[in-house]
Amino acid sequence: MAGRSAFALALAAFLLAAGASSARADEPRQGGTLNYVAPYGSSFSSLDIHASAQIQDAIWSKAIHKPLYDWDADANQPVLALATDVAASDDGLVYTYKLRQDVYFHNGKQMTADDIIWTYTRIMDPQKAYPSARFIRYIKGAAEYSEGKAEAISGLKKIDDFTLEITFTDPMDPAYLLMRNVTSIYPKDEGNSEEFLKHPIGVGPYKFAEYVPGSRLTVERWEKYFDSGKPYLDKVNIMIMGDASARDVAFRNKEIDVSVLGPAQYVAYKADPEMSKYILEVPEVFTRFVGFNLDYEPFKDKRVRQAINYAIDSDLIIKRLAKDKAYRATSWLPISSPAYDKDAKPYPYDPEKAKELLKEAGYAEGFEFELTATQNESWGLTIVEAIIPMLAKVGITVKAKPVESSVLSEVVPAGDFQAFMWSYTSGPDPLTALLNFHSETPQSSGNYEKFNNPDYDKLIDAAKQARNEDEKNELLRQANNLLQEEAPMWFFNYNKAVIAYQPWLHGAQPNSMEIALQSYEKIWFDESAPSR
Amino acid sequence: MLRFILRRLLQMVPTVIAVSLLIFIIFSVVPGSIASSMIADGRGANDPELIERLNREFGLDRPVHVRFGDYIWNLAQFDLGTSFRTRQPVTELIGERIWPTLKLAIAAMCVAIAIGLPLGFFAAMRPGSLLDSITMVGAVSGLSVPQFWLGLLAMYLFALTLGWLPSFGYGEGGLRNLVLPALTLGVGPMALLARTTRAAVLEVMSTDFIRTARSKGMSSFRLVKWHVTRNALVLIITTLGLQFGSMMGQAVVVEKLFSWPGLGSLLIDSVGLRDIPVVQGSILVLVLCFLVINTVVDVLYAVIDPRISHG
Repeated sequence: MAGRSAFALALAAFLLAAGASSARADEPRQGGTLNYVAPYGSSFSSLDIHASAQIQDAIWSKAIHKPLYDWDADANQPVLALATDVAASDDGLVYTYKLRQDVYFHNGKQMTADDIIWTYTRIMDPQKAYPSARFIRYIKGAAEYSEGKAEAISGLKKIDDFTLEITFTDPMDPAYLLMRNVTSIYPKDEGNSEEFLKHPIGVGPYKFAEYVPGSRLTVERWEKYFDSGKPYLDKVNIMIMGDASARDVAFRNKEIDVSVLGPAQYVAYKADPEMSKYILEVPEVFTRFVGFNLDYEPFKDKRVRQAINYAIDSDLIIKRLAKDKAYRATSWLPISSPAYDKDAKPYPYDPEKAKELLKEAGYAEGFEFELTATQNESWGLTIVEAIIPMLAKVGITVKAKPVESSVLSEVVPAGDFQAFMWSYTSGPDPLTALLNFHSETPQSSGNYEKFNNPDYDKLIDAAKQARNEDEKNELLRQANNLLQEEAPMWFFNYNKAVIAYQPWLHGAQPNSMEIALQSYEKIWFDESAPSR
Repeated sequence: MLRFILRRLLQMVPTVIAVSLLIFIIFSVVPGSIASSMIADGRGANDPELIERLNREFGLDRPVHVRFGDYIWNLAQFDLGTSFRTRQPVTELIGERIWPTLKLAIAAMCVAIAIGLPLGFFAAMRPGSLLDSITMVGAVSGLSVPQFWLGLLAMYLFALTLGWLPSFGYGEGGLRNLVLPALTLGVGPMALLARTTRAAVLEVMSTDFIRTARSKGMSSFRLVKWHVTRNALVLIITTLGLQFGSMMGQAVVVEKLFSWPGLGSLLIDSVGLRDIPVVQGSILVLVLCFLVINTVVDVLYAVIDPRISHG
């Protein structure tokens, strides 16, 4: 925890330096209707958050539901939400939670340990394939239950109504698993009814009011929300707005209070003296990169991989194409990670060095590879087009292979590529992020490059066993630096996520996990807000 | 007439089956799946166990011919299947979205008829005049302008600059929210209708029976009312029918731009997320709408022009 706190302070300092503070001296005020946006598509997938894998659904879920832990965006760490205290056993496998006794579902029922056990059991339903199961699978007996080999999840034990014991399969910090919106707590038994799936009930700050499919979801203040005094707003309309230009018009027309900005809008808003005052930007836990297939002959040699990193002028691409809406990547872990090495330097742009390395590796005449990428403007073919001439200068020929995003995520885990470009989660838990490159992680499960380095494995294994946060982060920092040295990818950038908000809105949080995910209970309006 | 309608309805059946087969084949061979779409945004690692469970839950682990057999069998019982994403019946999802799309298409068609028809008519009455030139330049422009750009312009003008209308959304389903998307969607058909009407009227005006009627001293009003309009209507109605069908499909762009909760926006999301039952169902419904409208147009021919025989 000491490591997390120290990091939280560092991140706070960073955000202040970036002019991204949302803090205001004013006192929060009750009332008002927030018009928020859900920008990732033209609909919500489901009103059953356990069944969804889409970030778009997490946006409405943040209003209605709460998981056992919550992500504190201001502190940049997970915190207990539905429990007041947790005690871990010495071996790090058993966690005992003292649950809050003031948590009520929107139907008035008090939340107890039974609801949590029922929820986690539902997620592992043998007949269903809930995407949320991957977070619950680490509870002892969950996998057996989902395979139909057990009647219940053995790792879930009710001590009394407000004491819950959870046993995990590995020593780990369960906060990173049980803070996910997709593990939100449902009321026992009711969560499977047809009615529930149309009118979701949770313990979050707002209760469900209305859903117009494809248009908006409206929630209203829950009077018995456990965090007294909150939420401040009376009502939140979550508007589905997939188009960035349309969001821009609606924001300027003051029809919406918050807008998620793309590169084009970011430049325009930054240039506007008034609008630039109300921008919140944060380094998100996403790394954009070109992964190399280490089975492909030229990429087997570390010097070739390093040469590509030297040969690409990443800063220029970030400035010109990403419109500075990105932070230069040094290695895999992003700036907001507690194991990020702030002294690490990215590969400099040095084509001569690249040529030298290629010559040493036996590729003085260059070579050719195919780069699979999507149409994404920030990490797709636009970027590939920029790196083609840069790599051509050192003799490397790149052939772009355009694919759709759901095809990219099919061919990459299958190893059907020579190189691919993606934006991929690299946090918030640095251990989980770096485990992707452990040699025991199959290619199909995240080690897409088939990275295999015994020294790296040792560092990760040691970090898994470390019980002290500082020690663990130091080991992960070393592993991350080793990854940079080994360069199984071209480290491009970390996403700079940006939202714009209206002058009357206060309490927006710099959420490094996903800036569109706001804890609505912290948001409030001052007197200048329009009446809606 | 009843036999004719029945025959036309029966003729739709093989078309629907052929379209179903085509949609099924396309989405059986295109790469990508519901499982791969779940990790496409890079927010989570690929999970082979989840993929296996998803394939089992949705029956995707069965051979293609078995799935197709089930699909046709269910279709025969008006069951479009269950959405992979929402786990709701597809008919329910489409039911939620079809009315906003129909409403938008009808409103856009009203815009097209209310403006395009009289413009085309008056332009034909004064060929070569200033009104004719303006109308035709406007029609060509209307057909050429991309809907997306036009929609943005409308937003800037009517919402941001003038503040008359909301720039997006469905609101409570009222007229205020409908105006801008309907105008945007209606401009293309309006332009086409103006051109078609002008051409049809000019063609009728140059026929012998019109010249005869004129030489017999029939007034211009009676001539237009009884002879020109009725004869020109066949072509105009054909254009209208085809345009209405196309508009249901073109609404995809407008719906996305204006956050309009129609079938088009559902279809776009479902394609991206490989929610195949919803994609199949939505396309099928759009095709059905098109076929029904065509049938209605055919029936109208007979009503308007008794010379057309359906025997």
